[in-house]
Amino acid sequence: MIDFSYTILIPLIPFVVFLITGLLGMKWKPLVSGIIGTIGMGISFVLSLFAAYQYFFVTVADGYHAIIPVNMLWLSFTDTLQIYMGILLDPISVMMLVVVTTVSFMVHIYSLGYMKGEKGFQRFYAFLSLFTFSMLGVVVSTNIFQMYIFWELVGVCSFLLIGFYYDKPSAVAAAKKAFIVTRFADLGFLVGILLLSYFTGTFDFDKLTQPGTSLFAGIAGVSFLGLSGISWAMVLIFMGAAGKSAMFPLHIWLPDAMEGPTPVSALIHAATMVVAGVFLVARLFPIYHFQTPGVLVFIGYVGGFTSLFAAVIAITQNDIKRVLAYSTLSQIGYMMVALGVSGYGGEQGLGFMASMFHLFTHAMFKALLFLGAGSIIHSVHSNLMKDMGGLRKYMPVTHFTFLIASLAISGIPPFSGFFSKDEILAAAFQSNKFLFYVEYITAGITSFYIFRLYFNIFWGKDTKYKHIPHEAPLNMAIPLIVLALGAAFSGFIPFHNLVTSNMKPFAIETNFLIALPSVAIGLLGIAVAWVLYKKENDLSGKIVKRMGVLYTATFHKFYIDEIYLFVTKTIIFNYIARPIAWFDHNVVDAFMIGIGTMSMKFSYKIKRLQSGELQQYAFVFVAGALVLGLSLLYFFGSH
Amino acid sequence: MIQGISIHHFLIVSTLMFFIGITGFIIRQNLITILLSVELILNSVVINFLVFNRYLYPDQLQGHFFSLFIIGVAAAEASVAIALIINIYRRIHNIEADNVDRMKF
Repeated sequence: MIDFSYTILIPLIPFVVFLITGLLGMKWKPLVSGIIGTIGMGISFVLSLFAAYQYFFVTVADGYHAIIPVNMLWLSFTDTLQIYMGILLDPISVMMLVVVTTVSFMVHIYSLGYMKGEKGFQRFYAFLSLFTFSMLGVVVSTNIFQMYIFWELVGVCSFLLIGFYYDKPSAVAAAKKAFIVTRFADLGFLVGILLLSYFTGTFDFDKLTQPGTSLFAGIAGVSFLGLSGISWAMVLIFMGAAGKSAMFPLHIWLPDAMEGPTPVSALIHAATMVVAGVFLVARLFPIYHFQTPGVLVFIGYVGGFTSLFAAVIAITQNDIKRVLAYSTLSQIGYMMVALGVSGYGGEQGLGFMASMFHLFTHAMFKALLFLGAGSIIHSVHSNLMKDMGGLRKYMPVTHFTFLIASLAISGIPPFSGFFSKDEILAAAFQSNKFLFYVEYITAGITSFYIFRLYFNIFWGKDTKYKHIPHEAPLNMAIPLIVLALGAAFSGFIPFHNLVTSNMKPFAIETNFLIALPSVAIGLLGIAVAWVLYKKENDLSGKIVKRMGVLYTATFHKFYIDEIYLFVTKTIIFNYIARPIAWFDHNVVDAFMIGIGTMSMKFSYKIKRLQSGELQQYAFVFVAGALVLGLSLLYFFGSH
Repeated sequence: MIQGISIHHFLIVSTLMFFIGITGFIIRQNLITILLSVELILNSVVINFLVFNRYLYPDQLQGHFFSLFIIGVAAAEASVAIALIINIYRRIHNIEADNVDRMKF
């Protein structure tokens, strides 16, 4: 048995770095904070790679087991209500450790170049460390309550980093929006946790996710509004997951979150935090599968709808980061679909494996796309596609790595996206044909919009730049290259041996009936993008005119934001909030004020008794004493 | 114990003194006179203490001690009252009780 207790250092190092840079950073030169943060992250990165090596390749005997090297009592309310903090190592959490530390380490290095000279450089690094700490905390949680705590911490970091440029009103608005939307979703999550733990009497993942556990016997008879109690709990928990992972209809915060610095978008809003929802569903997968299969199907449909919906919107956006944001939504939708169609154990668990696989490869290529976009924005000083074009001549490294990532996301072999997406499509094909077709079409749209982006940036028109665009400096180029290696080759990792639903390896075979058409539709998307955008032409403009209303609706993201504003501002504010405010003001407040006013008026009436004349007081006093004395004599004196 | 004089004689005197004091306190206007009335009341009480001690419990001394105590307190009270009266005089240039009615509400 290997002692894994050193893994506690993986989250603790970023936390200590956060304390150091957060408290003392302002006293040093900005770069010092950056270097401390990067070194700390590097140590965490090495440690988690080592832990992954030990976990996956040294302990293997008969499948993997959940290991809890550290678990300490944190809060003890009663004998039964006790909250632990600990570290849970199982295939998905070890995989996530690698994902989070890799991307975070790359982003730390990258930001040394990207954020150079920005106001608040130290603050940026302090928040990055805090975020990494919280995300690692989510990943290794041993119980759902610990996860909830870190879940909220991650939300706070996201808020702080989206609002990093806090003197820009749009960034502040975006930060608020992200916070409010995810908080709203987390309300559901909390209620779900309470329901689940109320009926099962435990927070521990270990006990909850045991297949065939008897914990759910108590909840069986409970039902509310036609859904069983456990279904409610799991739907509400999924609501939290959907908020964090920006599933429709809670997706509205993610595109706006692109107001944050680009490395933040890469780390938080592409690779790590937004997949926390997928991770949560995967973590509770046995409950979803055994207790509430209906909810799992629902999750699949939500994911499927989101992936198609977001991919369609991504076609029409002109801000490159927004295209990538919608692309992220779409890819997370894929992961949810894979979970939704998955069974448990062996070949049945293909979807689960595919989801985790896609999570891993997506983290690599999407972080790479964002960092590439950051490098472009850094040299062009604009987010908009119309300001770009022909950049391949100026930025060869960025161009090449961006191309790899684009091919990976389009599912072109041998890049990583092909393998994971193929598994997802295969899993969907086995159990849900409808979702399979949705995802199949989405795959084509994905490759179209990503190559629209690629051609518009690196080919297309020859833009005259005011400043000649420059290649990214070395500290930005190295992360790009490292992630490009990940995006190119991580597809060859044998996930079916490592990360599976029941922790036991199973064999997969490539189904060419699915693989070939999916490559074909990917290539078709690329070809269409090639025709429309490779050379400057007006074909796309003509198509836009032909589409008319459809294009306008898509361009405005199907007016979801407007619907939200209508519902909140017009309906809720006017018809619910205002009457309640009226009631509060005119009934509750008025009652309390009335009590005060009445006693004041009464006191005005009786205050004349206090004349201030000494002898009047004396007279009353003596008369009173006399009356008292006489009555005492009368009643108690001896007759 | 004084021959030929019973306890009732003393009590009648002290009761008279007490009510004269009360009456003076209520009807006189001058603050100094009111203070004198208070002294009269206190002295009547002192007489009562002494008389009861002397006639009812001749071999004890509590009554005497109380009397001394009351005399001491009365002296202190008189000095405070006179200080107040002087201040009132400085402020409103008379010492009529009717004019000192600000301390109300």
